[in-house]
Amino acid sequence: MNRSYTHDEPDNRDYLESMVQGVLGKALPRPEGPLKVTGRACYSAEYALDKCAEGVLVTAPLASGKVLQVHKESVLDMPGILAVIADSRLLVRSTLGEPVKRYDGSIDYWGHPVALVVAESFEQARDAAKHLRIDYEMDDLAEVICDPADPRIEWQPAKNPQQQGDLDRAMAEAAHAVDVTYTTGSHASAAMEPHAAIADWDGANLTLYAGLQMLRYNLPDVAEAAGLERENVRILAPYIGGGFGSKLGISPECGAAIIASMDLGRPVRVVMSRQQVFQTITRRPETVQRVRLAADRDGKLTGFGHSSRNTHLPGESFVEPVLQASRFLYAGHNRDLLEESAGIHLMQPGAVRAPGEAVGMQVLESALDELANQLGMDPVELRLRNIPDVHPVDGRPYSSRRQAETLEQGAAAFGWDGSDRTPCARREGEWWIGTGVAAAARANFYTVAKARVRLNADGSATVESDQTDIGTGSYAILGQVAGEMLGLDPSRVDVRLGDTRFPHGAGSGGSFGAASTSTAVYLACRDLREELCARLSCEDTDLTLKDGHAIVGNTRTALPDLLAGDAIESVGSSNPGKTREDYVQSTYGAFFAEVAVNAYTGETRVRRMLGSFGIGRVLNEMTARSQCQGGMVWGIGSALTEELVFDKRDGHLINCDFAEYHVPVHRDVPHLEVHFVEERDGAASPIQAKGVGELSVCGAAGAICNAIYHACGVRVRDFPMTPDKLLADLPDP
Amino acid sequence: MRPFAYQRAADIGTATRLSATDGTTAIAGGTNLLDLMKLQVETPATLVDINRLPLAAIEDMADGGLRIGALATNSATAADPRVRRDYPLLARAILAGASQQLRNKATTGGNLCQRTRCSYFTNIDQPCNKREPGTGCGALGGTNRNHAVLGASDLCIATYPGDMAVALYALDARVEIAREDHSRTVAVRDFHLLPGADPTRDNVLEAGEIITGVTLPPPVGGRQIYRKVRDRSSYAFALVSVAAALAMEEGRIARASLAFGGLAHKPWHDPRIDDLLTGQAPGDALFHAAADLLLENARGRGDNDFKIPLVRRTLLAVLREATGGAA
Repeated sequence: MNRSYTHDEPDNRDYLESMVQGVLGKALPRPEGPLKVTGRACYSAEYALDKCAEGVLVTAPLASGKVLQVHKESVLDMPGILAVIADSRLLVRSTLGEPVKRYDGSIDYWGHPVALVVAESFEQARDAAKHLRIDYEMDDLAEVICDPADPRIEWQPAKNPQQQGDLDRAMAEAAHAVDVTYTTGSHASAAMEPHAAIADWDGANLTLYAGLQMLRYNLPDVAEAAGLERENVRILAPYIGGGFGSKLGISPECGAAIIASMDLGRPVRVVMSRQQVFQTITRRPETVQRVRLAADRDGKLTGFGHSSRNTHLPGESFVEPVLQASRFLYAGHNRDLLEESAGIHLMQPGAVRAPGEAVGMQVLESALDELANQLGMDPVELRLRNIPDVHPVDGRPYSSRRQAETLEQGAAAFGWDGSDRTPCARREGEWWIGTGVAAAARANFYTVAKARVRLNADGSATVESDQTDIGTGSYAILGQVAGEMLGLDPSRVDVRLGDTRFPHGAGSGGSFGAASTSTAVYLACRDLREELCARLSCEDTDLTLKDGHAIVGNTRTALPDLLAGDAIESVGSSNPGKTREDYVQSTYGAFFAEVAVNAYTGETRVRRMLGSFGIGRVLNEMTARSQCQGGMVWGIGSALTEELVFDKRDGHLINCDFAEYHVPVHRDVPHLEVHFVEERDGAASPIQAKGVGELSVCGAAGAICNAIYHACGVRVRDFPMTPDKLLADLPDP
Repeated sequence: MRPFAYQRAADIGTATRLSATDGTTAIAGGTNLLDLMKLQVETPATLVDINRLPLAAIEDMADGGLRIGALATNSATAADPRVRRDYPLLARAILAGASQQLRNKATTGGNLCQRTRCSYFTNIDQPCNKREPGTGCGALGGTNRNHAVLGASDLCIATYPGDMAVALYALDARVEIAREDHSRTVAVRDFHLLPGADPTRDNVLEAGEIITGVTLPPPVGGRQIYRKVRDRSSYAFALVSVAAALAMEEGRIARASLAFGGLAHKPWHDPRIDDLLTGQAPGDALFHAAADLLLENARGRGDNDFKIPLVRRTLLAVLREATGGAA
């Protein structure tokens, strides 16, 4: 059986509410958790394959130029060396939305992979990789642009400007206007698991063990890299140690392992060093953003401008979608929104958790705070006054928008007092204390996904999909959806993920995995319920499934009896439809932060933080909360510590390990309170759920920026807000 | 990482004899050395493992001071009740550095010898006079936010990254050094070197010498403060740090000993500052005069200009606190 569904109309029926197992939404721990914390979950690099050779990548130490010659003979006589691969079969990168880039000897950025050295042992390969002699032709650095602030850059407008009315005039005539420029630092995904792959070619079929986020998209790329049909390729990624966008496409270690394994006829493992991960894997680009806000005396926006610039590699087109939420979030008839980008020779940008809003919202929300201060208005009130009824340009309705509730309920839970926002009002010892608020918004995505659900003869169920779990809770929630629909405790549902032999799930990206793949599971379960109804000669509305029994009227039948020795299965297939265009779909929220700024040193410590979110139906209260807390930690990092730093002369990365790239440590993270606003969004998905993985990054750093201003009167418009950026304007201690 | 030979030294004599060979490096906790070997910054032909040497003790000395063995771990030293009671500055400085896991492995001797975190030094594809004499200094004109504002040379603007040593400078500790045929002690304040014309040398250790311990003078009481300013609240190197051991008597500063981290190629101790403060009544004018003295020859290199006002403000905070004034 299979059931395909296209989401053309909002589904506001409460079908799931009529189920009685009572497990969906519950705060159930992830079933694979014990495997992970005891080291039994096997990650990509950890598969023990016989005769596995070890490959180490070699990267180019120049920003722009080409490889003239790779002197393989310089290492082939070293102990244990099996091969040096540097030819056009190597796949240099595959980023979602960009063409697959194959090895052609050209070098676009410092750290560009140029060769793979394969040896019997990792130590041999690593040593030889450092000995491999390569002749390069280096382009003149005076002509090569590596600095995003280089005045020679020619910025290209993106194709999607939003213009309406006359913003310049609105700004000139406004009672209150803010025109400010902010910058945000470049971010690494900094996943705990380094990028790693084992390729195993048996002469006919290729198996790739790789921690990838989006197997349905990765499969064709892997097949192309190997020159094989998809049927002859299998990717296994049951456990992934964090992705955050860095594992959306297949990266150089995958392509290199594949070619090496096919050349050598034995498995080859390639694990990037931590430095290579930082230097070679896609980053979030730095941005320069200008925000213009025009408001009347009551704080109603009459004009709204937001522009953004980011860089990408030459010949590419990656535009960080900074303005994604700005397009629909706030009122203001006169509008001017423009994204621009340009190619320079700096490590390749790509999608990092919440591409766009992650840095767009923190800037917009900081600028909005500046307007609230100018107005002398509670910044919560300013936001409430500017929530449009419909999309401010095209007039489409919002699918569901609980933004006001997130602000109001969040303010109450936090104990927000926005009546007097005068800075430097509260001092505790050496510390200035302040509070700040910011709204959260993240466009919602819903995509194609398939999943198979089998009701086994013993009454248990199996869910299979190549959906991935990058640490987010996919195993847990898919088991809960199936358990709820089939009347089973989730311990009776075996969820199998991350294998391309299973039906293609949505994958993990854009916060769409949970709602999309859960819908596929839901659809398959609808099918199975129909089959049970047929056997019981009843209508679906008369069938109650609970604790492994089918109940119709006064008859209670154990599922194994009903199945009579045979399993039944169905593949659910969910497809986005007209609701995607007919409604503006987004998740919303609000952040409240209290910070302490050291009066002497400018060090900022977040003392407490609350996030209030409307994400549609919550599928698992525990994993959703964890996602939100993780996003808020990213917000703290974006606000205070995280930035990839490059040498402006040659574009090489300065901070390429966890000692120098500063993700927040435990001590930087206070108690993070997460509050969910009750919401169902039938236009977003038939299960009325939206995405959760990214929203909680989007704007969080703005609340901290605003709290710093409230604490000490310093407005830092350059993220991250490290102590040196506060010093000049701090009051005398 | 280059292949290397491994030898374990059973006694100090063997350790020093083996270490005298060219290309041989002693390894204790390895928290810095192994990282640098993986990056191929360090390429020893032989590692001499000195972890079995009997140098882990923390012992009372006859003069009332304390001897900390070279192999005492940072964790053990910071947790030692005598250190906590008599030299709290040292315990606090150690706990302000690295992470618990690193402190469990890192040793007293190794910590003194840790190398700069200058990214041009740790990247073998970049120029660095410390790593490869004559190649130039990448940090000059490059990214130098973490670099020196005091005592730098035109060849090297790297900083010494540690915290423990800054406290030892303020406490006027001495370093015990053994060689095959003799041993010597040097004041810790003379142990590290400025880059000058030869930035390859971090300290005065000669080939064949190993650190056997650090001695602290008898405790002198007073107030001890270690103040570290950093980009995140743990597991980050100091932007600047101030170590102070200071005693008040009858409203005046009876004794002062200050040292600074994050400013130079070595922890910075300027005896003129201690002299300036001693005997004076505390006050902001005096504290600023101390900062003026400290920063007399300070020179920013662009990204690190902020360290100059930052250390002034941090010194002000420390002196106000140490002299009992309002924070």
